[in-house]
Amino acid sequence: MTSDTHLPDQEVTMTMDDAPAAGGAAPAAPAVFDLRSLEVYYGQFRAVRDVSMEINRQEITAFIGPSGCGKTTVLRSLNRMNDEVPSAKVGGLVLYHGADLYAPGVSVTEVRRRIGMVFQRPNPFPKSIYDNVAFGPRVNGIKSRSELDGIVEESLKGAALWDEVKDRLKSSALGMSGGQQQRLCIARAIAVKPDVILMDEPCSALDPIATARIEDLMQEIKSEYTIVIVTHNMQQAARVSDRVAFFTTEINPESDRRTGVMVEYDDTKKIFSNPSDERTEAYVTGRFG
Amino acid sequence: MSVTTTSHTPTLQERLRGKGGHADRSFRGVVYVSGFVVLAVLALIALTMFDKSRAALSHMGLDFFTSKRWNPPGEQYGVLSYIWGTVYTSVIALVLAVPVSLGIAIYITQVAPNWLRKVMTYVIDLLAVVPSVVFGLWGILVFAPHVLGFYKWLSRTFDGWPVLGNIFGPNPQGRTFFTAGIILAIMIIPIIVSISREVMETTPQTEKEAALGLGATKWEMITGAVLPHSRGGLVGAVMLGLGRAMGETIAVALVIGSATGQITLNALTSGNSMPAVITAEWGEADTLKKSALIAMAMTLFVMTIVVNMTATAVVNRSQKRMGVR
Repeated sequence: MTSDTHLPDQEVTMTMDDAPAAGGAAPAAPAVFDLRSLEVYYGQFRAVRDVSMEINRQEITAFIGPSGCGKTTVLRSLNRMNDEVPSAKVGGLVLYHGADLYAPGVSVTEVRRRIGMVFQRPNPFPKSIYDNVAFGPRVNGIKSRSELDGIVEESLKGAALWDEVKDRLKSSALGMSGGQQQRLCIARAIAVKPDVILMDEPCSALDPIATARIEDLMQEIKSEYTIVIVTHNMQQAARVSDRVAFFTTEINPESDRRTGVMVEYDDTKKIFSNPSDERTEAYVTGRFG
Repeated sequence: MSVTTTSHTPTLQERLRGKGGHADRSFRGVVYVSGFVVLAVLALIALTMFDKSRAALSHMGLDFFTSKRWNPPGEQYGVLSYIWGTVYTSVIALVLAVPVSLGIAIYITQVAPNWLRKVMTYVIDLLAVVPSVVFGLWGILVFAPHVLGFYKWLSRTFDGWPVLGNIFGPNPQGRTFFTAGIILAIMIIPIIVSISREVMETTPQTEKEAALGLGATKWEMITGAVLPHSRGGLVGAVMLGLGRAMGETIAVALVIGSATGQITLNALTSGNSMPAVITAEWGEADTLKKSALIAMAMTLFVMTIVVNMTATAVVNRSQKRMGVR
């Protein structure tokens, strides 16, 4: 129940003892994230507790569950974005390639350069398309114009946006459609060449066509990046993800407040066809209260 | 077939007409009138000034604007040196106030802890309502006498430098353009801070997080997300400060030194500004001189309008380019 960042008795090395049992084709993918008994408080309120999971490299991991179940909170603890909420406190361990993200002395900017984020609503800066994509490389110290040109083109191509905007790189990003803006945000995120991209309901403000383009894009880039996506859309989770974590809320008997918990974490196929927990089944079949 | 009921049942058409039509109409009337009062007052001011200034303007011709000779006994009224005094003190005030104000606003909105943010906001807003005569008296009684040593140091230090050597010229005095500029800066800082703070606070959290999510430091987040988002409002804040500086009367009159005919880059020398001259000389003015003072007021009026229009144009252009509107 401590909100300390360290659990003293746990060793900080990667363990392979719970390698995925299903499939068995490829050797177990090494974990990018290893969460151990993660819990997040907002002030006195415990938003989510006891999340332990490994997130695999070059896979798409989806977090699903009803509102308030803590899935976004867990996502934002993966790149320390919860630090921006003054009252938030994180307990348990978040190991990233074996390194403790919440250890003293860890720089949040270094963390976020490796673990990028795409947000629920497209949030381009009120700048040109070019300057939006170049923002990340620039804060990373890249000044050479030709180098920036190359990164911008490569990133926009990576986000399947280049052909639509190559003739108007200098015009404002706010003049684009919502779907284009969100792909621009993905381009902006991959321009810093991150290891992981966190996506917080990236399609919830988009129409179905724009959503389909983002989903295609995720499939294209997953060979290079590890992607973690929070989504309210179960079809989306079923379509795009390799593994799914289902979260729900439990009422604390002592305080009558709801806390998020992770119910089940497994291969996407298994979650949607034959889940182990009946709460998961109720949710994915639409019988959730 | 025949309707015999005594009470008339309203048709749907009638019921759709709704209630409160009268209240709505009279409210609209009231706000229309209020809106037009502003325009009427402005038009009347402009008309009056135009009418009353004609005597002086026809007496002096273009010399009114291009001559710096202000010699009421000889019926010579040239306002160029006072235009210079107004412009120069306002520019000094802006150069001093803008960086400080933006710094304070950034600190309050982005850096300070919550409790300090509230305290500082309160204090700044309090400063904004201090009457200008208080600043003027403080300037003349406390500031000007003590600042002479500093001015002498400035004058010595920058002696021989290009530009700065001219601005901080030899033989400084206490009541000068620079003193007026400093007092004006102190007066407009709260205004600029107040507006900049509100503008910066409207930066959406998502835009700030977008920058932070790319590994930006706090400073990079501020320059990359907060300032671009607030640019238009910041220009507006600065222009409002400039407007106040240009029109400020009593505080400037007390500390500028009231010297006529001074058009010099040397900020450490006495001069005068248009509003200060108007207040100081109105009392003993004859008809022609009154007309000249009104013409001076009109000049100030036009300059203020030009500043405001320029600011609006700048803001609109930057917003259009960024696609904000």
